[in-house]
Amino acid sequence: MNAQFLIQLLVNGLVVGTLYGVVAMSFVLIYKATQVVNFAQGELLLVGAWVCWALLVKFQLPFWIGMPLTLVFMFVFGIAIQVVILRPMIGEPIISVIMVTIGLSTVFQAALKWIFGVNPQPFPDVFTGKSIAVLGLQIQTVYIMSLVVSLAMMIGMAWFFRASKYGLAMRATAFNQQVAQSLGISVKTVFAISWAISATVSAVAGVVVAVVNGVSSGLSAYGIKVFPAAILGGLDSIGGAVLGGVIIGLLENIAQYVDSQFLHWGNLYEIAPFYVLIVILMIKPYGLFGTRDIERI
Amino acid sequence: MASTSFIPSGDFRTSYAADTTIFPTRTSRNFAIAGIALLCLAPQLFSEYWLSISIQIGIFSIAALGLNILVGFTGQISIGHAAFFLFGAFTSAYISNNFPIPVFFAIPLAGVVTALVGLIFGVPAARLKGLYLVIATLAAQYILLDFFSRAEWFSGGSVPASANPFSIFGYPLRGDRQYFYVVLAYVLVSYLLVTNLMRTRDGRALVAIRDHYLSAEIMGINLTKYRTLSFGLAAFFAGIAGALYAHYQQVVSQEGFGIERSVLFLAMIIIGGSGSIMGTMMGTAFVVLLPESMEWISLHLKGSAIDHALSLNTNITFLREIAIGLIIIAFLMFEPDGLAHRWRQIKAYWKLYPFSH
Repeated sequence: MNAQFLIQLLVNGLVVGTLYGVVAMSFVLIYKATQVVNFAQGELLLVGAWVCWALLVKFQLPFWIGMPLTLVFMFVFGIAIQVVILRPMIGEPIISVIMVTIGLSTVFQAALKWIFGVNPQPFPDVFTGKSIAVLGLQIQTVYIMSLVVSLAMMIGMAWFFRASKYGLAMRATAFNQQVAQSLGISVKTVFAISWAISATVSAVAGVVVAVVNGVSSGLSAYGIKVFPAAILGGLDSIGGAVLGGVIIGLLENIAQYVDSQFLHWGNLYEIAPFYVLIVILMIKPYGLFGTRDIERI
Repeated sequence: MASTSFIPSGDFRTSYAADTTIFPTRTSRNFAIAGIALLCLAPQLFSEYWLSISIQIGIFSIAALGLNILVGFTGQISIGHAAFFLFGAFTSAYISNNFPIPVFFAIPLAGVVTALVGLIFGVPAARLKGLYLVIATLAAQYILLDFFSRAEWFSGGSVPASANPFSIFGYPLRGDRQYFYVVLAYVLVSYLLVTNLMRTRDGRALVAIRDHYLSAEIMGINLTKYRTLSFGLAAFFAGIAGALYAHYQQVVSQEGFGIERSVLFLAMIIIGGSGSIMGTMMGTAFVVLLPESMEWISLHLKGSAIDHALSLNTNITFLREIAIGLIIIAFLMFEPDGLAHRWRQIKAYWKLYPFSH
């Protein structure tokens, strides 16, 4: 019974963890390319989920039209944020840029509540068939879907950075902006594209979460969980972010297991990642794979 | 220096003491004293509504002042300030309820306890800079709020804790009219303290760390010590303000002290001008008055076309949040030095009027 419960939670953790990984990946993408710490990452998830929900429910579009439309919208949305809000902030102190993204997240949160209301909305059923048995475990189809989508996005991202022209341009920009510029890379375009991709990837994650849990403002909590994941992996390591996300997801569920079986403190799983975060910051602030800053004057 | 001028018409300073003086002329000092004397009359002049607004501005400006030491003067950033504010509130309520300590002493004591808790989070924070510190304070916010909801002996758990009314020598103060003086006294003392801190060696060390921390370290400034110190000071003022708030409301609950409130504190100092002491006050007044004025506008627009289009009544909370977010962004983009900078420009304009430029 207990073992069964533990395995169920571990599967849960893996699924949620890969989603954290995807969101952390898109967070790190922005940080790496543009040196912006994006506190509005969770709101990007939320925007994507609500837009998709509106297309499917309000406009009655089928999923295979609604989803690509959402992605196109988010791509443009990401570029718009970068061009309108963050481009004028280039060269400003890091604190100002962080504050701008905090302001953005406040605006998005409130605007979405204003437009769509405060009540959570169920997402229309995209998949038929509730659960299937894998190795004697009942696993919901949406979980499998979520896992597959997350893995697909990670592989896509890996391909993008290794082989595609823009991916290479982005890596070059992240390595050294001036050198990249002198090689004919438009740093402006790279910045805009990185926001666009980050917004799109976050939107996919948002829709996946929405399919499982429904759409509500609670979705933006994923944006906060990104920090433990990204710090654990190292802020500028995309692979690290994915691994960090999976670890945090598993950790949450293990905390829940320990809590429900032994401690009975309640809600331990919500707060455990933040304790881990403090500990990591104390002993290894650059994370597992992050580059250590060496500064010269 | 003519003793009747409000602002000296040029720089005539010949000593360091003259350079760091708070009031450049005698007239400006007299004006400040007259202003404080006028404020003392406020409880007689203001209506209940304006009195409660000014008490709120006073309390929040103390907390914002603490945050400004951290953000504006030391160049660190914290998005856990609301949690420290709340910690001060709960501590003061707890001390005055459970120990034979009058509220009069419980408030500064709460400040000290909050400062100690701030130091606990500040020790890892002192090794971190900018970005990593933001994330550490984010964790502090969540951990502290989680602690409040868990520790029923301390905060009453889900039930709001009650706080005793303020009393001096056994004589309890009743109502806003009397409490106003308590807040005024705390505001004056804290603003004087911080103004003077910035004129000392320690204050200059903090500013040096903000401007270039590596150079500061090379010049022999102990980074860890001063970063921890500024974190502790920020928490201290947050605790004092929280305690004042607790005894003003006489109930303390977690409601409304999430991350949004921390953002609000940051908004206060950004709008006012980070690194400006008077700016902190202006920014706080702005942030406190903004929702009130929006309420007022929506009341006047009632029944008009705009009201129907936006359905103001039901959506005022969201519109308020949107406005605050947009104002933060707008200030950072167009007026990064805040209202204090605007004020300096107005003063500069009048300095040599009508012969400026």
